[in-house]
Amino acid sequence: MKKVTKIVVLAKQVPDTRNVGKDAMTAEGTVNRAALAAIFNPEDLNALEMALQMKDRIEGATVEVLTMGPQRAADIIREAMFRGADGGYLLSGREFAGSDTLATSYALSCALRKINPDIIVAGRQAIDGDTAQVGPQVAEKLGLPQVTYAEELVAINDTEITIKRRLERGSEVVVSPLPALITVNSSAKECRPRNAKRVMKFKYALATSEMAVAEDKAKAFIEERPYLHIVEFAAADVNPDPEQLGLSGSPTKVKKIENVVFQAKEAKTLTADDADINALMVELIASHTLG
Amino acid sequence: MANFYTDNKDLQYHLSHPLMKRIIELKERNFADAKLYDYAPQDTEDALDSYRRVLDIVGEVCGEVIAANAESVDHEGPRVVNDHVEYASGTVKNIEALIEAGLGGMTLPRKYDGLNMPVTCFAMANEMVARADAGFENIWGLQDCAETINEFASEEIKMKFLPRVSAGETCAMDLTEPDAGSDLGAVMLKATWDEEGQTWRLNGCKRFITNGDGDISLVLARTEEGTKDARGLSMLIYDKRDGGVKVRRIENKLGIKGSPTCELVFNNAPATLVGDRKMGLIKYVMSLMNAARLGISAQSTGLCEAAYREALKYAQEREQFGKPIIKFAAVSEMLKNMEAKTIASRALLYETARFVDIYKQLNHISHDRSLESEERQEMKFYNRLADGFTPLAKMFASEYANEVAYDSIQIHGGSGYMKDYACERLYRDARIMNIYEGTTQLQVVAAINHVTKGTYLEQIMRYEEEATSEATKPMFDKLVELRKLYESVVERVESMDKEAAGYKDFHARRLVEIAGYIIMSHIMLRQAREMESDYLNPTKIFVKYAIKKITEAASYIEASEGSDVELFKA
Repeated sequence: MKKVTKIVVLAKQVPDTRNVGKDAMTAEGTVNRAALAAIFNPEDLNALEMALQMKDRIEGATVEVLTMGPQRAADIIREAMFRGADGGYLLSGREFAGSDTLATSYALSCALRKINPDIIVAGRQAIDGDTAQVGPQVAEKLGLPQVTYAEELVAINDTEITIKRRLERGSEVVVSPLPALITVNSSAKECRPRNAKRVMKFKYALATSEMAVAEDKAKAFIEERPYLHIVEFAAADVNPDPEQLGLSGSPTKVKKIENVVFQAKEAKTLTADDADINALMVELIASHTLG
Repeated sequence: MANFYTDNKDLQYHLSHPLMKRIIELKERNFADAKLYDYAPQDTEDALDSYRRVLDIVGEVCGEVIAANAESVDHEGPRVVNDHVEYASGTVKNIEALIEAGLGGMTLPRKYDGLNMPVTCFAMANEMVARADAGFENIWGLQDCAETINEFASEEIKMKFLPRVSAGETCAMDLTEPDAGSDLGAVMLKATWDEEGQTWRLNGCKRFITNGDGDISLVLARTEEGTKDARGLSMLIYDKRDGGVKVRRIENKLGIKGSPTCELVFNNAPATLVGDRKMGLIKYVMSLMNAARLGISAQSTGLCEAAYREALKYAQEREQFGKPIIKFAAVSEMLKNMEAKTIASRALLYETARFVDIYKQLNHISHDRSLESEERQEMKFYNRLADGFTPLAKMFASEYANEVAYDSIQIHGGSGYMKDYACERLYRDARIMNIYEGTTQLQVVAAINHVTKGTYLEQIMRYEEEATSEATKPMFDKLVELRKLYESVVERVESMDKEAAGYKDFHARRLVEIAGYIIMSHIMLRQAREMESDYLNPTKIFVKYAIKKITEAASYIEASEGSDVELFKA
């Protein structure tokens, strides 16, 4: 019987669409990423918490985070380490640019074959794309059973996992053999806070490409402390079929973007000053029209 | 995401104070821990960066968890179940969050699993916790007790209890009894040595004990049978795991309802002696009380911040006569004064905390090696300042907390009198702050010695040696004038006291307030000089207020006859 030792959380760094200000869109109508803070995708934090709960219950298990993104996505790996993760992997390179969910799940599955985890935990969906496809696609590509909409870790041992799922009209408890992939809902327990000692311990952790441009002193420091090195995979490191990566591996094509015009039943007059516009933003976010 | 650290530029300003470098030097002792602990800093910058990051976590837990639970904790409160305290459910969540965030033992050395942070940073954490929920700050802030254990207990006791505090266990200090409140020398709880069990046994009762059912309690008890005063009292640790103490009841209070104020019955409860017998009140409680008073200054400052922000928000949102009420001069003047008092209270708090840090740390070092003569001088210097400033900080912050909370309700108008807004809770919570850990009147008793011994005057003269800027010069000149006024009224009071006994006591509060206002104004002036855009206006406003208060007190003294002592006798 294989013992569960390696838990990997799939996480994504996303623009914070929950706190949209008046600069959120550019004049051309695209998302102004510079104006939006880059954050840990909220449901991925729920996933991290569930993974950490698994670790709490299985002696000797480790939790690592895998993220695909630009160099700065290493920020969320560090944040995960502050909250309890043991380390992480950054999958980064130009080859991955323009990936849709199919290409993303392909790239992640290549990296996961290399990492070879016993359990994979992911957030249900990311707040920038809202597709909820990547988790299930990864499970399919790796031939793993999947449990979606997880809300609570009921039980776990080395061969199976029991999960309570949150469904539209109720909940159900399912048992899955391991290894498996779990996607976690926002209704699951919130992630534990950053821990003071862990923050002090891991604050200088760097991914390989960050180390390359760091000062010599920082490099030497990390070489003395291997736990501060965040593993970085370039495309070639995970042996992919290049055709299935990035834009060429992405069949999704955006045909047209339409501006939605709300048919207002009640008229509301706004003046052109910043205060009114901000107030409207706050109102729309509060009513979940935006974000 | 609310974060009470990142949204408060004052805290960030105080953390970057130049004295922090010296504090870190003393706290880290050549950064020797860096070789032993993976979370210890490598150098000064690294240490400061860690402080910022840890305070950022505190700020987030306060903003996201503790503040969100404050209202329900106020309504639900703790209960007594089977002779023990059961916290309100929100309190339990708060404690869990702080444990997960690893924020126990903030100031304790790393060998006891602590974070080894300065008192200044701990005060900042206290302030943020109090801003989120003043009642919960009591439970959290009682980790001060661990500092007392660290200072006076044997290594064996420290190894037993301190890592538990670092892991998040809570503390209590069991001092007050029905007949021993401000007069702690009258404590009667009996400690007797049990030869058979090789332990001390405690019998008797304690009253008004904050978090009385905490995991680790410091108990002031009478070990010397037949004695009746302070010299018969010792300090002992009671471990809740051993049993023997029952919670008879929890007081039903006006405010800080989440903080369980307990009446305790000790029935042969085993306890361990801390330090030397007979030194309980004379030495250990005095140290504990000073730390607790600094804690209340932080709690009060946090309450000022909360009350001011509630009022500001309401004044911006509430419209009358076609505009937000903040646009009315009467409202905005109140708000500006509230803001200035909050900044001044904070300025005095952290000035005091820095003094405490330096002398406490030198004191710790002196236990390991003998100090150089320069270090001895330094310790003495800061010890005196810390002793002088602590009662001032406690008194001003707690009085301001009451004033700012009062004005916060006033700005809310009728709505503020209802239970619908947080300001009514803040008002109730504030009311205890100028009472417990020594009333304002008792802070004056401690502070008046520093008026007569010249601690305040000497420090004011040092402030006068600091540079001025063009913008602060007029205020600076005014403060020099006011210092002369202070000297003249002190002289008057001292000479009149010789003719009319009790004259100095009669004017003590006025003298202490004058000194305090000059001191706070100088610290504010320094802030205005260093960060004009942030602090010049609040400083101008505060100095105006200080001038009013000083001249009012001084003119009262100047017009006061020796016969006033008799006139006011009851």
